[in-house]
Amino acid sequence: MNKHYWQTGFILLALMTLMGCAVVETATTVATTVGEATGAISKSQSQSIRKSTAAVSKSLEDFTPEQEYYIGRTVGAVVLGKYSASADAKVNAYLNVLGQTLAQVSDMPELFGGYHFLVLDSDDINAFATSGGHIFITRGLIRCCRTEDALAAVLAHEIGHVQLRHGMKAIEKARMTEALSILAQEGAKSFGSPEVAQLTQAFGGVISDITNTMINNGYSRSYEYQADAAAVSILQRMSYNPGALTDMLGVMTRQIKPGGSDFAKTHPSPQNRIAELKASGKSLAVTETPAIRKERFTKAVGHLL
Amino acid sequence: MFRYIFMIACLMLLGSLWLGSTAVAQKTMNVQVKESQLRATPSYLGKIVARTTYGSSVTVLEERGAWKRVSLGSGKNQGWMHNTALTSKKIALKAGQSNVGTSVTRDEIALAGKGFSEEVEAQYRKSNKNLDYTWINKMEAMKVSQEQMEDFISGGRLTPGGEGGRL
Ligand SMILES: [Zn+2]
Repeated sequence: MNKHYWQTGFILLALMTLMGCAVVETATTVATTVGEATGAISKSQSQSIRKSTAAVSKSLEDFTPEQEYYIGRTVGAVVLGKYSASADAKVNAYLNVLGQTLAQVSDMPELFGGYHFLVLDSDDINAFATSGGHIFITRGLIRCCRTEDALAAVLAHEIGHVQLRHGMKAIEKARMTEALSILAQEGAKSFGSPEVAQLTQAFGGVISDITNTMINNGYSRSYEYQADAAAVSILQRMSYNPGALTDMLGVMTRQIKPGGSDFAKTHPSPQNRIAELKASGKSLAVTETPAIRKERFTKAVGHLL
Repeated sequence: MFRYIFMIACLMLLGSLWLGSTAVAQKTMNVQVKESQLRATPSYLGKIVARTTYGSSVTVLEERGAWKRVSLGSGKNQGWMHNTALTSKKIALKAGQSNVGTSVTRDEIALAGKGFSEEVEAQYRKSNKNLDYTWINKMEAMKVSQEQMEDFISGGRLTPGGEGGRL
């Protein structure tokens, strides 16, 4: 009996290690059925194993847009602990009309609370996007933009991070498991204070996973290249000049300070991003920006440049 | 002869299965964002014909790419909504008004206001008093109307929906 138990455990473990998260549920069903058949585990034991694995293997999809919104609010508050918001109403209004228009042509146009943009009062070259659609961009990064098309490229890159759910993917596996198992326990019954305390602790863990990656360590290079590719698609759909992204990166190359704790640390070098964009074979032809678009850009952000 | 009858019977069976599948395609979905709009055409440039809020049920009448033509409530209001505003999960609202029946399983419902929610944020803020949400609330209050976006597009000589357009 005991031996069977270990065998089943071993099979389960081996299967779970071998297969990706997406198929764990199926694999577990097979393994628990084997366990049941050999009499190694009781029916109720196997049911509870299946139940808990089901809760975990659904992972990201188990967070509703509402929950991603609340995660995003606090991630945003952490960003605003590092950088101060700029109260420049003219720039903020311009960023919001530009950004929200771009978000509508992204693959994720609707979020629980929509998309919102804010300028950060800093000369660093930096930007952040939360799962709740809060997008922050420093004055230093706006200074890398010579046209509205280039600024659109910057915002589209951040919308790309949201649409690809990069923030949520920064949550560590163990934390995800913990958080989702608490959420699964919750069921339809009302929540008492011990559960709220437990959930709040898991929430704190999720926030630190995301902000550590987003603010301190940076996402993987491949995530950054994916966000650049998403930005090019968004620009094309809105008929902005996709070559404005490489133009902006060219300016950034000259302005970025090596060793800084901003994009210098969290993003691949602008040269590498340009090289990756060129290698992707995307059309980055530079077209002339209409005069009227140049005028409104200068009017809105000229005083920052 | 017998073979022909058999074949016709098979074809009829297949045909009925096919018809059956299009009939069940008319399904119910639920709004998973705070607020959303129904539009006259499958595009964000489409005129807004109705508005809807979190937890509302819609009946899907037709699908085109990332858009679904839906009807609201009595079916009087019909229009197009983007996929990302909708979920097949039923949504149990806090206030008691809900579209959730009694026989749904945990996997089929999403509980509004549960999990990482307003309540958890409030609790978290109690022990992280250094966090300031003033500007989070201010930025969330920065709204842009459909009209402002249309003016911005035409004013900037933008022609969305051309190459690979989604609008
Ligand atoms: Zn990035």
